[in-house]
Amino acid sequence: MELSGIAAYLVSFFTFVGIYGILALGLNMQWGFTGQFNIGIAGFFAVGAYTSAILTTPESPWHLGGFGQPFLVGVLGAVIVSALVGLLIGWITARLRTDYLAIATIGIAETLRLIIANESWLTNGVRGMSGIDRPFSDFFQALGLSSAMGSLIVVAAFLAGVYFLVERARQSPWGRVLRAIRENEPATEAAGKNIGRFRLEAFVVGSAIMGLGGALYAHYFGFLSPEAFLPLYGTFLVWVMLIAGGSGNNLGALVGAVVIWTIWSGSEFVMSASLPEGYGGYAGPLRVILIGVLLQVILIARPEGLLPERAPQAIATTRRERARQQ
Amino acid sequence: MYILVELLQLSIYGIVLGSILTLGAIGVSMIFGILRFAHFAHGDLITVGAYTGLGFLMMTNAPFWFALPAGMAGAAIIAVLIDQTVYKRIRRRQPVILLISSFGIGLILRSFVQIIWGPHVFSFPGGIQRPWLVWELAIIPNHVWIFLAALIIVTLLHLFLTRTRVGKAMRAMSDNMDLALITGIPAERIIMITWLLGGALAAGAGVLLGLDSRLTPTMGWNILLPVFAAAIVGGIGRPYGAIAGGMLIGLAMEISTLFLEPSYKPAVAFLIMVAVLIARPHGIFKGAW
Repeated sequence: MELSGIAAYLVSFFTFVGIYGILALGLNMQWGFTGQFNIGIAGFFAVGAYTSAILTTPESPWHLGGFGQPFLVGVLGAVIVSALVGLLIGWITARLRTDYLAIATIGIAETLRLIIANESWLTNGVRGMSGIDRPFSDFFQALGLSSAMGSLIVVAAFLAGVYFLVERARQSPWGRVLRAIRENEPATEAAGKNIGRFRLEAFVVGSAIMGLGGALYAHYFGFLSPEAFLPLYGTFLVWVMLIAGGSGNNLGALVGAVVIWTIWSGSEFVMSASLPEGYGGYAGPLRVILIGVLLQVILIARPEGLLPERAPQAIATTRRERARQQ
Repeated sequence: MYILVELLQLSIYGIVLGSILTLGAIGVSMIFGILRFAHFAHGDLITVGAYTGLGFLMMTNAPFWFALPAGMAGAAIIAVLIDQTVYKRIRRRQPVILLISSFGIGLILRSFVQIIWGPHVFSFPGGIQRPWLVWELAIIPNHVWIFLAALIIVTLLHLFLTRTRVGKAMRAMSDNMDLALITGIPAERIIMITWLLGGALAAGAGVLLGLDSRLTPTMGWNILLPVFAAAIVGGIGRPYGAIAGGMLIGLAMEISTLFLEPSYKPAVAFLIMVAVLIARPHGIFKGAW
């Protein structure tokens, strides 16, 4: 491969790592901190992606649109709409136990995928939406950068922003309540915390982050179809990333995104190079088996992940504690 | 008059679909009752059962109904193997860890089906059948066999649960785990039998589903949501409720095609499930199993 080919591949690689990193941070807010079992990530991902695509594309006879709004408006719309969907779902499922929440979320994700595939007036159905512009491509062109490189910079900036916010949230009293709910719900309630409200807030924030990831994906990839939001890509990989990296640990979520995306996309190279002629169709299922087995090994051998969760440093209240911390 | 005929015709399809869903939902319900987690690989276990039955037919040239016992035996063994190699090791942690593990197991099973059988669409031998005309209704012979097979399987299961020691022990464990363990019920053996039964029932659903339409690697995943809906509507952890839940979901899915696109059938099942979860979180039918 030529040098420019390698560079282009690395740009694409890190853009996907960034998008998956954002999804993993969103899931960490729900599962890692609060213990909410969302396996409908693909649904929020899709809502964000389609919202931003519809808001920003020029008029087309094939789907709803023609608003022609700038990239940032699309992203903002994606965050707001996915937060609203999260609010509605969180409100409906507020009283449900973990297993029921899991079934409800995957049901919503699959229903959203059915709507995207069937309501072609809205999304052009299975034929998909194209012509979604990359962010600020004129600006980056003026700087002499490709639009792909520009996407990577934008994704990295958003990732940094989200990381900063969720890390602040984790150390804040608000994040402490979420972890308390995860560890011991009755005790937290006895301490006077409004459990339903905190859970709903965490669910909505996590959903909004996932919607942001969806919008960034739409603008990087430029084409959307229901295929991209199958549970395998949209949900399962994100879960494996968070568990491998260490749920409850934001840095772990990012490490997981890098490691699992390296294995997932690297296995494509290895398989296409090593499978004999005519067996190329086996590559896809073999890669899924590889990731699936990896998940089982992690769950059995190292359930806390590569970077286990660590409690944030306690606020020193007495003189002796302060002295010990120094 | 026409709408009445249409409604009756769809009800027949609904009962057939309900019979298939019931077999899946009983397994989900039993596994939840004993192990306390929603088994997300159940849809793919259904697929594996159907393909195992088909594979048996291809290797032996046996009459086509042999696919049912062969598939059931195959999927039962596979279910126990999965439990012994994976689930058993993580059982003592939170049940929700089992849930995410089973999600991965489901994808692994589906990928194995894709590797072994390729992307082709298979169907059981028999071809297109000429329906019997009863009054204004068209009855496809296979639909009668599907209903009867499901009825026999459920009856045998009922006799097993109520007449044998192992069956009674299973019900006791599901009712009150601690009390059952104190009385000396061998937990590991009961769990193994739960997986045997759950796998066999899933394969039953798979073979009958394949008989109704065709075999594809995603056939089981596509009916997982209706199966869960049936189990929840019937009250999860209660296999007898799953029968009523399966029929209700099957009928609702088919009758909804009167006024909705048929591709929205899973969404109908899901909406009923959400409504039940909000209004009656323990299912709409009272009583334990």
